[in-house]
Amino acid sequence: MTVLGIAEHRRGDLRDVSFELASVGRELADATDSELHLAVIGGEVEAFADDLDREGVDVIHTIDEGEEFNHDIYVQAVEALHDDLSPDVLLMPHSVNGLDYAPAVASRLSLPLVTDAIGVERDDGLAVTREMYGSKVETVVDVDADRVALTVRPGEWPPVEGTGDADVSAFAVDIDESQVRSTVTGFEEVGGGDVDITDADVLVSVGRGIEEEENLALVEALADTLGATLSSSRPIVDNGWLPKNRQVGQSGKVVTPDVYIAIGISGAVQHVAGMKGAETIVAINDDPSAPIYDLADYGIVDDLFDVVPALIEEFGGEPPEI
Amino acid sequence: MKILVTVAEVAEVEDDFEVDGLAVDDRYLTYDLNEWDDYAVEAAVQIQEAGEDVEVVSVTVGPERADETIRMALAKGVDRAIRVWDDDLAGTEYLDSATKAEILAAVAEEEDPDLVLTGVQSGDSAFGATGVSLAERIGFEWAAVVNDLDYAAGDDEASVRRELEGGVEELTDVETPAVLTIQTGINDPRYASLRGIRQAQSKEIAPKKLADLGLDADVTEGAVSLTELYEPETVSDATVYEGSPEETAGQLADLLRDKGVVEG
Repeated sequence: MTVLGIAEHRRGDLRDVSFELASVGRELADATDSELHLAVIGGEVEAFADDLDREGVDVIHTIDEGEEFNHDIYVQAVEALHDDLSPDVLLMPHSVNGLDYAPAVASRLSLPLVTDAIGVERDDGLAVTREMYGSKVETVVDVDADRVALTVRPGEWPPVEGTGDADVSAFAVDIDESQVRSTVTGFEEVGGGDVDITDADVLVSVGRGIEEEENLALVEALADTLGATLSSSRPIVDNGWLPKNRQVGQSGKVVTPDVYIAIGISGAVQHVAGMKGAETIVAINDDPSAPIYDLADYGIVDDLFDVVPALIEEFGGEPPEI
Repeated sequence: MKILVTVAEVAEVEDDFEVDGLAVDDRYLTYDLNEWDDYAVEAAVQIQEAGEDVEVVSVTVGPERADETIRMALAKGVDRAIRVWDDDLAGTEYLDSATKAEILAAVAEEEDPDLVLTGVQSGDSAFGATGVSLAERIGFEWAAVVNDLDYAAGDDEASVRRELEGGVEELTDVETPAVLTIQTGINDPRYASLRGIRQAQSKEIAPKKLADLGLDADVTEGAVSLTELYEPETVSDATVYEGSPEETAGQLADLLRDKGVVEG
């Protein structure tokens, strides 16, 4: 039997999730004494194959089609390789690009699909752990099928390491160009501007709990008092209350300040991906079960509208009227 | 032209809740229009307002209770709505994205839209797969996680930005007809006006059963089943300050002084 994982790369580099996916793949392969195959599609496939050749990887398939990710090519390439290998588990990353091709692949191959896996257990069948309701509950879903497609949440498994001795083999796909109906025309870095939150030693970060735009003055005053930089979670930027360059998270910036003060932030997984590297994390949130507390070093479980003014006053500042 | 927008009523869980078997006890759930779909509705209505002769139709898979949510979409400018539900769907323990995509595909075949907009994911189950699954089933091109859209009614191509990780956006041209999955922040969803809410009362919500769409109960029989649902164990080892806001703020201030964030 075979487990097949599809690596991900962008602008010349393999993304970390490729190595994490290999780790899940090895775990699943060990459970049934299977081989772990990886595939890399497009770009510098030979160099990527060298990098992917790590401990526990049995075979690496290189598919030299295109430079960057294009879902029309990925769908055709994965379908062809799947037809050739008949893996019992097909692993893809639960990344933005994974979301852009994995459901189409599963649909085309009539495979049951479970997305955003955070745990897997393989015995007679396959049991997949995932979250619901914004991480408030975990669920286990059983898959009763000989073949399955899974997308794997980035950051949940350690990356495979060490040096391997995988067989590297080129796989040729006859791409039907008439089915390539989207064209990537470029990339753009967003969120430049005058402030680089990745440089900040201290970040005061605000989330949905601030409720109204005018209340932002409160956290701005705290940031001023502390000499800190203001950042935020996604909803604040979505609402247009702060520019994109202030957003911390998976689709924003990854920050590593000495101190990160999360105010009114629940700690959704997409946000955590951007701030978990902070040296000291402080959370102020009135919900004691908020996921941010799983990560925080210090916390105040109380109403931010009471705590933040008191904190400003502690340092001799004057909280604004809101 | 016609734009089909898929909308879902999603459940939100209160901070404190209890689990009842394989579900969160209904007492702790509140229902609302899926956040991502709200942006998809707005994107559709904006295309309608900018062009001529654009019909916006919403479709949802859900029980009668969802009519309240659908009315919100109608109040925001959707012209008419379709709601699919029947006893077979009500009796299905776990509606996975493949089942939803199959049902939505049947609706799309009937409606023959030029563009389909969906939210990237639903706030409750967060599969994130329905839109792209739907596109593949109906032979449309697609783009997932779209946070900017340049498209006018009748265009044979949509220029989109896809929000990748790490503050990078991909610029992509997509042939239409297409399914676009819409990311939050792409626009500023309008509030339903009182006039819109009044008008929504007279708009059609067409109820459909699986059989009306040429589907039978087999569509609900997937290989994926829910076997456990539980509150995850808290793994927090945070030092939580206790006391009044002044006391806890004082303790945090001491910490920040110790860390050298603030002098004195």
